[in-house]
Amino acid sequence: MKILTGNDLRSGAVTWWNGNGWSLFVDDAVDVGDEAEEILAREVATRRVNVPYVIEATIDAAGHVRPAHIKDRVRALGPTVRRDLAVPTADKTGWDWVI
Amino acid sequence: MADNLGTSPDEVQFRFRDDEPVDHGTVTVDACCDQTNATAVRIEPGDDARLLLPYLDRLALVEVNFPGFGDGRGYSSARILREAGYTGELRAVGDVLIDQLSHMRRCGFDSFAPDKRLDEDDALRAFATWENVYQRAADTRRIIADKRHEA
Amino acid sequence: MYQYDSYDQAMVDARVEEFRDQARRRLDGKLTEDQFKPLRLMNGLYLQLHAYMLRVAIPYGTLSGGQMEALADIAEKYDRGYGHFTTRQNIQYNWIKLEDAADILADLSRHEMHAIQTSGNCIRNISADHFAGAAADEVVDPRPYAELLRQWSSFHPEFTYLPRKFKIAVIASEKDRAAMRLHDIGIRIVSRDGEVGAEVYAGGGMGRTPMIAPLIRDFVPIDQLITYAEAALRVYNRYGRRDNKYKARIKILVHELGAAEYTRQVEEEFAHMLAVGVEPPREELARIAAYFAPPAFVDGPKTLDRSDPDFALWVDRNTHRHKHDAYVSAVISLKPAGGIPGDATAEQMRVVAKLARDYSFDELRVMHTQNLLLPHVRIADLHAVWSALDAAGMGAPNMDTIEDIIACPGLDYCSLANARSIPLAQRISESFAAKGRTEVVGELKLKISGCINACGHHHAGHIGILGVDKKGKENFQLSLGGSEAEDVSLAKITGPGFDEDGVVAAVETVTDVYLGARQDGERFLDTYRRIGMEPFKEALYGG
Repeated sequence: MKILTGNDLRSGAVTWWNGNGWSLFVDDAVDVGDEAEEILAREVATRRVNVPYVIEATIDAAGHVRPAHIKDRVRALGPTVRRDLAVPTADKTGWDWVI
Repeated sequence: MADNLGTSPDEVQFRFRDDEPVDHGTVTVDACCDQTNATAVRIEPGDDARLLLPYLDRLALVEVNFPGFGDGRGYSSARILREAGYTGELRAVGDVLIDQLSHMRRCGFDSFAPDKRLDEDDALRAFATWENVYQRAADTRRIIADKRHEA
Repeated sequence: MYQYDSYDQAMVDARVEEFRDQARRRLDGKLTEDQFKPLRLMNGLYLQLHAYMLRVAIPYGTLSGGQMEALADIAEKYDRGYGHFTTRQNIQYNWIKLEDAADILADLSRHEMHAIQTSGNCIRNISADHFAGAAADEVVDPRPYAELLRQWSSFHPEFTYLPRKFKIAVIASEKDRAAMRLHDIGIRIVSRDGEVGAEVYAGGGMGRTPMIAPLIRDFVPIDQLITYAEAALRVYNRYGRRDNKYKARIKILVHELGAAEYTRQVEEEFAHMLAVGVEPPREELARIAAYFAPPAFVDGPKTLDRSDPDFALWVDRNTHRHKHDAYVSAVISLKPAGGIPGDATAEQMRVVAKLARDYSFDELRVMHTQNLLLPHVRIADLHAVWSALDAAGMGAPNMDTIEDIIACPGLDYCSLANARSIPLAQRISESFAAKGRTEVVGELKLKISGCINACGHHHAGHIGILGVDKKGKENFQLSLGGSEAEDVSLAKITGPGFDEDGVVAAVETVTDVYLGARQDGERFLDTYRRIGMEPFKEALYGG
């Protein structure tokens, strides 16, 4: 599926498009189908997100969203070398799939 | 007059001169070097400003074009002309942004015709950003080091 | 140490307010991200993988204990309790909010620090020999010249939109401890017939096209240094390539024109600039130099009690000869085996600050190797210093060994990276430490970059590792034979890349080849230069 991600303009935090706003949790990301460009243009204009982009992702049976590219997987969880600083996530197996 | 290059006085948003602005278009650097009567010329980023040095006496307006704000060659062009003694109008045109105004002023620009009009308050604040300066430029301001060592 | 006068302070304060206004305009939507980006970058603010990142300048790597404490306070107040020291003697914070950035800059300004021009296509923080003012072999202290250049380059009206970033390093000894010839301009302060001047190199750099800077002038009289720099920069600003970001650094211009032609153009511009007159008054250099007068060294013991072998090892590894024989410079390792190279917690920064105050005339240095340094420690105080460092996890006796790895933040933090650098550094340092091989191998500079931009200096590593993306997987290219020192050279790739486990094993393999082949007193680099690449290739890839 296609999901949207960017950084919050004010805080810089990694965010994911959840259908009506931007969430800190990758599992909240929703499939935007072919509406990516339209949503991105609108959201950039209202400055709810900074430099957002569309990426490929999959969703597993338990509902965990997994970005396709390693860079976005690292963004979803946090630095692999500082797991104490990780983004809280429902996905306990997160570190198993990030790399 | 047929020349469609150049900005008109109406497009100039900020001007730090008292003389009457040139009211006709500009020619390219090549054309300026070829013809003997041009009084207004437009420098593109890739042009060598030093080609104009023999003609400075007859020039009343030099426009330096910034097609993109990130291309800084025009700052050198401006300073080179001022170092050579050019006293006519030096106009920054194109993608000129608020946060570049104070540096452009220091490089010798004395008029500004940005593609998009700038917020007046923000721009006036930007012109006044630096009460003092560290390095010599075309504006002949006394630099901090001069002030530190004045008798 | 240099101290701001009211002018310097006003300049930095004006910059803070300028940035505060720029950030406001961005948040109000008056600036697009494209327009704001170069402005925030020129104040050290990046947007990285997880948040904004702020790079704070530590000019020529020198700071006081109080400044280090201010950095610790920022780490706790605005970040997550730590910072990362970089190869250009800066510190980076990884978890910054845009809405806090102006306040952080204001906090820095109160301690005579800033983040000015730590990024962007402008003249960056001026770096210098980290042993400046202490090293026994320096001609003069290079820092006054670096400070003169810092002021000249700050908010330079003509050189703020250069084709690409521009880095300057200044040294003043035959030994090069600042990777001087891998900078856009490298300056060696020299003395000729009693007159001080500058030897100038131009067009060095790493990145995707590494180049060693050629000499472009063997002596610039010191009272013409700024004029010469102005000329060198103007030629670059006018003729550096702007059609291709990857060919925009000055090294490409110097390479394409040839050093002789670039030099000719600079000389022409230099003659013109001398006539225009851009040099600051002569007294300014003397004014700056007075701040760097040597502290009041006192005589004391020149030998120490070596009965504790751990202490003796640390002294042998981590101290450097000082110009005063009762003192040494002591390296504070930010490379604990298995740790993250260059990271320090706020608590560690405070320990270091206190040591500086108690034992080093309140002076600290950031080294380009991502370590810290107490420049002036009495030999009599070394044991106390070592004990405190050891207790705080900064006493690893590993300077210039295979544990002293330079690593960029890599894909764990950096939006440009293709692969992670830090985990490799952790595995390699841990493995060599655990097996007790570090001392056996001796001096070996290992440098790891997570992408082609080479922030981890892999081209200059005795062993270099470059992380690349191979069909969505991390892959690592190994290279051998680089050096950033006075024997500068660029490393050569061994052959096909490795996965993470493979490259860790490969590092072990090449050190085995070295140990098997080395002759008396040879470093890894010396052996490599003598025997060449083949034996290493053979061991790595077979026949």
